[in-house]
Amino acid sequence: MAMHVLDRKLLRDLKRMWAQVLAIALVLACGVMILVLAIGVQRSLQDTLDAYYERNRFAEVFSGAKRAPESLLGEIRALPGVRVAETRIVGQVVLDVPGLSEPAAGRVISLPEIDVPALNLPLVVTGRPPAQDSVDEVMVTRAFADANGFVAGDRFSANLNGRKRELTITGTALSPEYIYVLGPGAMLPDNRRFGVLWMPRRALAAAFDLQGAFNDVSLALTREGRAEEVIPALDRILAPYGGAGAYGRAEQASHIFIEGELTQLRALAQILPPIFFVISAFLVNMVLARIVTLERGVIGLLKALGYSDLAVAGHFLKFASLVAAIGIVIGWAVGSWLAQGMARLYTEFFEFPYLVFDPRGDSYAISAAAGLVAAGLGAVQGVRRAVRMPPAVAMVPPAPPTFKRGLSDRLATWARFSQPSMMVLRGITRWPGRATFSVLAISAAVAMLMSASFFPDSLDEIIDTSFFRQNRQDAMLILTRDQTENVVEDVRHLPGVIAAEPMQYLPVVLRHGHLSRRIAIEARDPDATLSRVTDASGQPVAPAGGGIILSDRLAERLAVKPGDKVQVEVLTGRRDTLTVPVTDIATVYFGLGAYMDRGALARLLRSPPQASVVNIAMDRQRADALYAAAKETPGLAGTVLLFQTRASFRETISRNVLNTTVVYILIAVLITVGVTYNGARIQLSERARELASLRILGFSRAEVSYILMGELMLLSILAQPVGWLLGWAFAYAQVKSFSSDLYSLPFVMNPATYAKASLVVLAASAASALIVRRRIDSLDLVAVMKTRE
Amino acid sequence: MSELIFRSEGLTKVYRTGDVSVYALRGVDLRLHAGELTVLLGPSGSGKSTLLNILGGLDRASEGQAWFRDAELTAMTDRELTVYRRDHVGFVFQFYNLVASLTARENVELVTEIAKDPMPAAEALAMVGLDKRLDHFPAQLSGGEQQRVAIARAIAKRPEVLLCDEPTGALDSKTGVQVLEALERINTELGTTTIVITHNAGIQAMAHRVVFFADGRISEVRENDSRAQPSDITW
Repeated sequence: MAMHVLDRKLLRDLKRMWAQVLAIALVLACGVMILVLAIGVQRSLQDTLDAYYERNRFAEVFSGAKRAPESLLGEIRALPGVRVAETRIVGQVVLDVPGLSEPAAGRVISLPEIDVPALNLPLVVTGRPPAQDSVDEVMVTRAFADANGFVAGDRFSANLNGRKRELTITGTALSPEYIYVLGPGAMLPDNRRFGVLWMPRRALAAAFDLQGAFNDVSLALTREGRAEEVIPALDRILAPYGGAGAYGRAEQASHIFIEGELTQLRALAQILPPIFFVISAFLVNMVLARIVTLERGVIGLLKALGYSDLAVAGHFLKFASLVAAIGIVIGWAVGSWLAQGMARLYTEFFEFPYLVFDPRGDSYAISAAAGLVAAGLGAVQGVRRAVRMPPAVAMVPPAPPTFKRGLSDRLATWARFSQPSMMVLRGITRWPGRATFSVLAISAAVAMLMSASFFPDSLDEIIDTSFFRQNRQDAMLILTRDQTENVVEDVRHLPGVIAAEPMQYLPVVLRHGHLSRRIAIEARDPDATLSRVTDASGQPVAPAGGGIILSDRLAERLAVKPGDKVQVEVLTGRRDTLTVPVTDIATVYFGLGAYMDRGALARLLRSPPQASVVNIAMDRQRADALYAAAKETPGLAGTVLLFQTRASFRETISRNVLNTTVVYILIAVLITVGVTYNGARIQLSERARELASLRILGFSRAEVSYILMGELMLLSILAQPVGWLLGWAFAYAQVKSFSSDLYSLPFVMNPATYAKASLVVLAASAASALIVRRRIDSLDLVAVMKTRE
Repeated sequence: MSELIFRSEGLTKVYRTGDVSVYALRGVDLRLHAGELTVLLGPSGSGKSTLLNILGGLDRASEGQAWFRDAELTAMTDRELTVYRRDHVGFVFQFYNLVASLTARENVELVTEIAKDPMPAAEALAMVGLDKRLDHFPAQLSGGEQQRVAIARAIAKRPEVLLCDEPTGALDSKTGVQVLEALERINTELGTTTIVITHNAGIQAMAHRVVFFADGRISEVRENDSRAQPSDITW
């Protein structure tokens, strides 16, 4: 069937107004795009995660222990709420990887003697698991193998509990426990220097002297089982055997990171799209209002011809829907493309067996519905006006808009504004709603730019604080188990070591009232300079006597302030419970830290001072000699090279920051152009006769342009302070939503951030006004004066 | 005597803007006959357009009654008026009111799409002598041609009445005559009752009946014994 005549008119109108239509559609597309991206990726990630956890039986409660007899397993299985329990042997090993001068670290996990693991089942990617009776076969994580170029059959040597052994790789695997793989003491994944290894239980039991015993247990719960109830029960059973404190998935390192990412995506889907949809609705409203005014005659004609109100309403609603449809299609396309990129980015950071962005209907349906509703709401006012217009009235030209003298006019008269300036001013006061909304929309663009560009400043602050004020050591040497003082002396004598300072990690539960957190206290010597903490002003703070310093977020989680006392339940050794005063709060961006004096802690625990880590400053010229020696040093579990962390942190972050900044600038420009270009076109259309009359009266092009552009530029300038305020609030909200147990962002707002955002927005609005201004040059004075309104 | 097609009694229209009341019609009693070409003549502001709008179902009276045959227009709802316009009335406006983004043919199709028994758009355009200009947009047509497209659009649905508000008001004498010829032809060939508003006294010569308006009232009704050809009319 041939297309209706009215629909043909609609398509031609759209084509004629393509620039305005596109400007609106692109703003709407931003909202659609972010919805597709955030909802799509979030659901894909969540579904992948759920399926992976289920299929590979990711445990729900975890606990380490020093050495627990296998006979406890029956007791653990009998705990109410426990469905499956499985014991393992887990150990830290130092790896000597061919082609890598520094030592790498490994976490070795036992595979059961018969059958496959009941929980945390590794997913074999290539090759096969090690043979049951082998002592030197090992399966490694795919990322570790890929980063080091290993294939099945390759060999590397490992220091297992002080015994050096040549291991042969039989295959590679992934594990739901290690989707995000972070080595001990590391801040970012480093697949070259850290890997997870699987070996048969018998071989590991022999290596770690754990025959008939285990040092790690995982549980799956029944449908009714609750982790909060199972955890204390498990702790009670394991306490006599050096239980390190059970924890649920919520504290499982890999899981926390993915959950954090999911939370971010949910926030993204909730905060940004509504802004775009509101602005699109406003733009549709503004443009449709003008179209209805311009098409009074057509509306009257249609009614005179016998078209029903519904048909007239449908015509204008179709216009809004088509604008929305263009935006939706663009949003879908760009959103899908970005989602694929994001899924690729996730596979870089997370070890999933598969993660493809699975374009599913609902993210498209939701975003399309949101876009249509926004455009529809924007159209309501114009459509209603078209419907209510009586046919006879519709066909006579509209009465000139009523202007009134108000307070601003008296002010302007007093200030002796020129007549063109008065026209600009009255344009704003005549349509206060439109002016207000234009200001708000442009200010949203400013805010968006600010919340993107504050990021690098915030990261600079993190790098400065974390890597140059607090963690200043070149490397951390991680010990296989806590050792007494003389280990520091040994390290000091290694080649290339300039300074060495011991640090102890003590796993504890900190309690304050009903609030608690399971963390590791970092205990250092009072004169430590390589690694220390600083307060909000950047000054180093050291724990005094038997006191404790908490990181700002930990203090917040526990609702503690300096002077309060916290209970420290030690999870190792004699499992003492101490009560210690909080002496200070430190500003820390990674993790939930708590800090004590090593000597004072030892006195409280009535034991000699211990070291879990030795922080060193090193002569990098002699790094290779140091690494070689470290590989031969018994008792070393691994090294973290902070100078490399610093570099890779900057590199990883700056790449992502650049991408984000480009996207945000684009979005802000789209909003600004959408608002100012449409605003300018509408003004030109409203004022064409006026402006042409002024030209005939002898006003120059510049003077006439001033009237056209003046209002928009004035609104753009008014939008700046509002945008700064909004941007400040946006950034603050972002900082708050970003803050988790794992990391936080400092709130850093430099004057340059305000200035940059304003410059971009003002340039974009000036550019769009100038594009419209060119039409003044081609204004056909005679024709304009002849045409009816 | 032919049958009555329009009848009104005491038709009054008051426009209120703010505190001011403007009387456009002050009690008009009128009888118009089917098949006739009637010219409503009078200075601007005399109420003829208001009367035409009410008879065409575009506007409502403040007081009084008006009938189209036996149907009381003044008692109709908006929806009934819409159906009335759609089924019975064709309009021609002074400023043509063509949709700029539609071609001549498409402008006519605006009507044929919703009419019950329309003639093909091309046929309607042929009747006004525009069979060679079917696919031109309004901007590509002269004023007279545009007005003839508007007439084609009005007659394409075979309306019983054709209401023309100053159809030649924006045209020069030569093109105006072409438009009048088109109207005359339609009145004669299709028998369409035609009402033409004008303040151009010359046009009265082609009418069956001339109604003179002054100050919201009918001042005189005259029947022409002999009618002039449009080509004899000049202004």
